Amino acid sequence: MSKEAFADLAEHIEESLEAVTAHEIVRGELTLTAQRDGIVKVLQFLKTDRECDFKVLVDITAVDYPEHPDRFDVVYNLLSLGQNQRVRVKISAGEETVVPSVTGVYSAAGWYEREVWDMYGIYFSGNPDLRRILTDYGFEGHPLRKDFPLTGYVEVRYDDESRRVVYEPVKLVQDFRRFDFLSPWEGMTDVQLPGDEKAAKPPHGFREGKRKAS
Amino acid sequence: MSAEPLEKETHIRPYTMNFGPQHPAAHGVLRLVLELDGEVVERADPHIGLLHRGTEKLIEYKTYTQAVPYFDRLDYVAPMNQEHAFALAVEKLLGIKAPLRAQYIRVLFSELTRILNHILNITTFALDVGAITPALWGFEEREKGMEFYDRVCGARLHANYFRPGGVRWDMPKGLAEDMMEWAEKSIPGVIDDLEDLLTENRIFKQRTVDIGVVNKDDAMDWGFSGPMLRASGVTWDLRKAQPYEVYDRMEFDIPVGSTGDCYARYLVRMEEMRQSIRIMKQCIEQLPEGPVMVDDHKIAPPARAEMKRSMEALIHHFKLFTEGYHVPAGETYAAVEAPKGEFGVYLVSDGTNKPYRCRIRAPGFAHLQALDMQSRGHMLADTVSIIGSMDIVFGEIDR
Repeated sequence: MSKEAFADLAEHIEESLEAVTAHEIVRGELTLTAQRDGIVKVLQFLKTDRECDFKVLVDITAVDYPEHPDRFDVVYNLLSLGQNQRVRVKISAGEETVVPSVTGVYSAAGWYEREVWDMYGIYFSGNPDLRRILTDYGFEGHPLRKDFPLTGYVEVRYDDESRRVVYEPVKLVQDFRRFDFLSPWEGMTDVQLPGDEKAAKPPHGFREGKRKAS
Repeated sequence: MSAEPLEKETHIRPYTMNFGPQHPAAHGVLRLVLELDGEVVERADPHIGLLHRGTEKLIEYKTYTQAVPYFDRLDYVAPMNQEHAFALAVEKLLGIKAPLRAQYIRVLFSELTRILNHILNITTFALDVGAITPALWGFEEREKGMEFYDRVCGARLHANYFRPGGVRWDMPKGLAEDMMEWAEKSIPGVIDDLEDLLTENRIFKQRTVDIGVVNKDDAMDWGFSGPMLRASGVTWDLRKAQPYEVYDRMEFDIPVGSTGDCYARYLVRMEEMRQSIRIMKQCIEQLPEGPVMVDDHKIAPPARAEMKRSMEALIHHFKLFTEGYHVPAGETYAAVEAPKGEFGVYLVSDGTNKPYRCRIRAPGFAHLQALDMQSRGHMLADTVSIIGSMDIVFGEIDR
């Protein structure tokens, strides 16, 4: 799809919907930013409008940015079979905020929202069946959050004595090895090496020295 | 109102049955909680996640090169197609394209994988509804296909072959000829045999025709893709609609079903295998000479021999296998037509050597979600047919 056609479509959507606040076309992919409360209306419009015709909800997912005021981005991936194009709709959400469920618009949204709830703890109001989906029965926490450790908190094993599976806090025999390949050598971040003051920074591939957080 | 009490109603609770997670017809670790009225399914509640390994989380902690093998382990029946989606997503962010020969090899092996996947699905599906011979015949042929996997990458299943920037190795000598021979002489006969065994088989048809019917609108509403969508009569295939690699140079047809039942899905898969053979043959015929990896040692490792002589090559190798390459910040979605449907990767990069977020969109997830809708009102035994026809593999559903 050409860039102009995309821009036209984006303009058409923005004109018709107040809840869509911005659009972006990068690498031939259209991304719309919408307001959280208006998401049902936006998707309803995108599904039924003749120029949009996004009949298939491909995916709902989220991305965690702990440093943002509303830490999560919820991303809806739509596909139009008739127009042969895709669009991404993004809204922001916090830990305490409630996102309206779009199960009324797309039946496929049910499990996708369950997964986002399970993995990130974003609550969808109006989803008829918002149980955990992928994690264990009785699991606590939301594993795809950036502050959830990769190893998790509990581990299971079969206990011979009590003849059942028991849950225990994770014990690592060796520290989790996370090599830091990005920072320069410790103590070298603000050292001026002789001769380097004249060197020009290369246009890319150069990283500003980052101090290791202690 | 009269005070006379109504005749006491007895409320019969529907019988709840647990199906799986250790059941041969559950195709892996599906736990299905069924509410039954007699033998009629009133509600089917799939409990998934028993194979959840946290792939998306693990990928966030691995470099882009280290992330590739995880994709083999999602849908372990069609490993290369999934590597393909990841490779395309990374290439999009890096702004590179695989060399032409690599693109042909990718298409060739994607189609080989499609055949292997469909053989597995059709034969186990037949096994579920009572036919054991297709599985015995089909698996022999599948093993031959696996040998091509073995020869090209050294592993029967977990290939780790499609890397961002191309494919890891060139095809060994003689492989193309052997694949051509297989595509011409060996596999078509087996597909014909399967067709003879099943297509007009009375028992097979009784178990599949008019079972789990999904109409066009429902198929789209529930996010179906691949053979499931096409069986419902929607003409849609990413290889035609949004061609990637060299699919636009290939001549092939897209089979479309009309009834949307389990039988139509079977028929669509059968025809897809024949079309895949066509594509494989064209790939081998047109296979150009040339490199199979981009010529940029910031992304692709240098040859071993070069490392013995060149300091620069040695440094590149070291940097690539410790730090890995940095991918420019941004986000993208890349999808391929995997044997089971649209397999997509939504990749968010923050400019470092590890993905910030790698969302895996598995086709089976959407299909399994619609199991409840499809099996309501059917008999318990029909649920088995429906599960078989959906082609679910828990590696990709649970991730």
